[in-house]
Amino acid sequence: MDISLVNISHSYDDFEVMRNINLEISDGEIVCIVGPSGCGKSTLLRFIGGLERPSKGRVVQIGNPPEGCLNPLTFIFQDFALLPWRSVSGNISLVLEDHGIRGAAAEKIIDDVLSRTKLSDFATALPKQLSGGMKQRVAIARALAVNPAVMLMDEPLSALDSQTRELLMDDLVALWTRKPFTAVYVTHNLAEAVRLGHKIVVLSRRPGEIRQIVNIDKPLSDRQFGDSDLERQQKRLWQLMRDEARAADAELLNV
Amino acid sequence: MSKIETPETNAGESVKFRGGGFAPKPQRWVGVLVFIALILIAEWGTQSGWISALTLPKPTDVLETFHELYESGLLFQHLGPSLSRLLVGATIGALIGISVGVLIGLFSYIRSGLVPLVAAIFPIPKIALLPLFVIWFGIGEGSKYALIAFGTFTPTVVATYGAVDNVDRTLIRMGQSFGLSWWSIVYKIVLPGAMPGILSGLRISLAIAIILLVAAEMLGAEYGIGAYILEAGSLYDLERLFAGVVILSLLGVIMSAIIGLAERHLLGWRV
Repeated sequence: MDISLVNISHSYDDFEVMRNINLEISDGEIVCIVGPSGCGKSTLLRFIGGLERPSKGRVVQIGNPPEGCLNPLTFIFQDFALLPWRSVSGNISLVLEDHGIRGAAAEKIIDDVLSRTKLSDFATALPKQLSGGMKQRVAIARALAVNPAVMLMDEPLSALDSQTRELLMDDLVALWTRKPFTAVYVTHNLAEAVRLGHKIVVLSRRPGEIRQIVNIDKPLSDRQFGDSDLERQQKRLWQLMRDEARAADAELLNV
Repeated sequence: MSKIETPETNAGESVKFRGGGFAPKPQRWVGVLVFIALILIAEWGTQSGWISALTLPKPTDVLETFHELYESGLLFQHLGPSLSRLLVGATIGALIGISVGVLIGLFSYIRSGLVPLVAAIFPIPKIALLPLFVIWFGIGEGSKYALIAFGTFTPTVVATYGAVDNVDRTLIRMGQSFGLSWWSIVYKIVLPGAMPGILSGLRISLAIAIILLVAAEMLGAEYGIGAYILEAGSLYDLERLFAGVVILSLLGVIMSAIIGLAERHLLGWRV
């Protein structure tokens, strides 16, 4: 299933936040969206996932979601969004219950996604017992359980420390290599973008417009921590963004 | 590598500790000790005479009265109707209160319509409405249930919609993003998320229910702790008055313990 953003513009009252965004997201690729703070990256992601409506333009699904897909557009949130009163497996069964999947069928899916995220031993743990990295892995397992067509990741690693972030990036790469998924990955961290993105979309500061789309051809599994290729790309992206980021930082917030 | 030099132990002053405090921890038995100490002082005072018999009854006499009450079987004759009134009235009030509170928390029109109304009826002393309830629901049990239910209702509503407002919105967005139905979001996300606030609201509501129970029983009830206290008070029988008051206090402590138990059971997930 592909996704296409057509002429998306958005404003709150007469305050323009996004202008004329056109973007194709094709099956099996990870699209990273980077940009200075306040450029509307997360808002754009919520448009794609149907949690918010743009004032102009539309988001189009092309083709049908794969078979067995329970929730085509599935989010992974920055703050994990796990129910603290449910155990790890309870949090995953939450998203299956509404589709009438219970009992043995649910257990099979839960076992599968927990083993894919290396959480099998923690099925009965409560979120408060888990570290940040484990919590995010539970959220990833929960997203995998509904077999999404597109994963919408909203700064999924930003609440984690840098070591955990490295580990989780490796996990994401391993997950993708074993079974490629489509994802839109919003981040302000350029290292994450060059590590995980097939395509990197650079947004300008408010009103957010697409400044450039950078393709990185190197296969995900060949990209390493501290790769000189990637560092060059990252530097280029930063040069592209630096002035914008500085200007965005100096802006007054009109909230 | 150079050896790390240890400074002379006597050189300089050690840094003064200035952290700590501001973190009360539960100390078992201290509460019980306070009770015992107060009772012992009262006993000593009344025995030695510096507290006159008119000021305070002797704790041992109160205990004696309590014992007689138990022996004669009158205790349960009073306690039975009181407990059933409390149970029925408080359950009705709390259930309606929680439902209305959740509705106020979820729907704009209900919120705009009912919040001012709740604010208007909250400060009314419910006891003042007892004659009205007697006309509406009769002199029997109905008016007592209604009074207790009404008194429990308002604080429960306020606590519940506050608690619903405080439920983490990102969890609700998460539910929506996974396509959960409206009912599932309310049942599985909003209600458990609001539970801490609802339970702490119930602590207050149930204490109010006990107060109103006595008020209701003081007006037209043959049996009940309120009736018992009223009778003792009009005869200036301080021992019996205090025996009644002790029962009410115990009732309050038991209620609070039950809620504490529910909190431990339902809210074990809290950090």
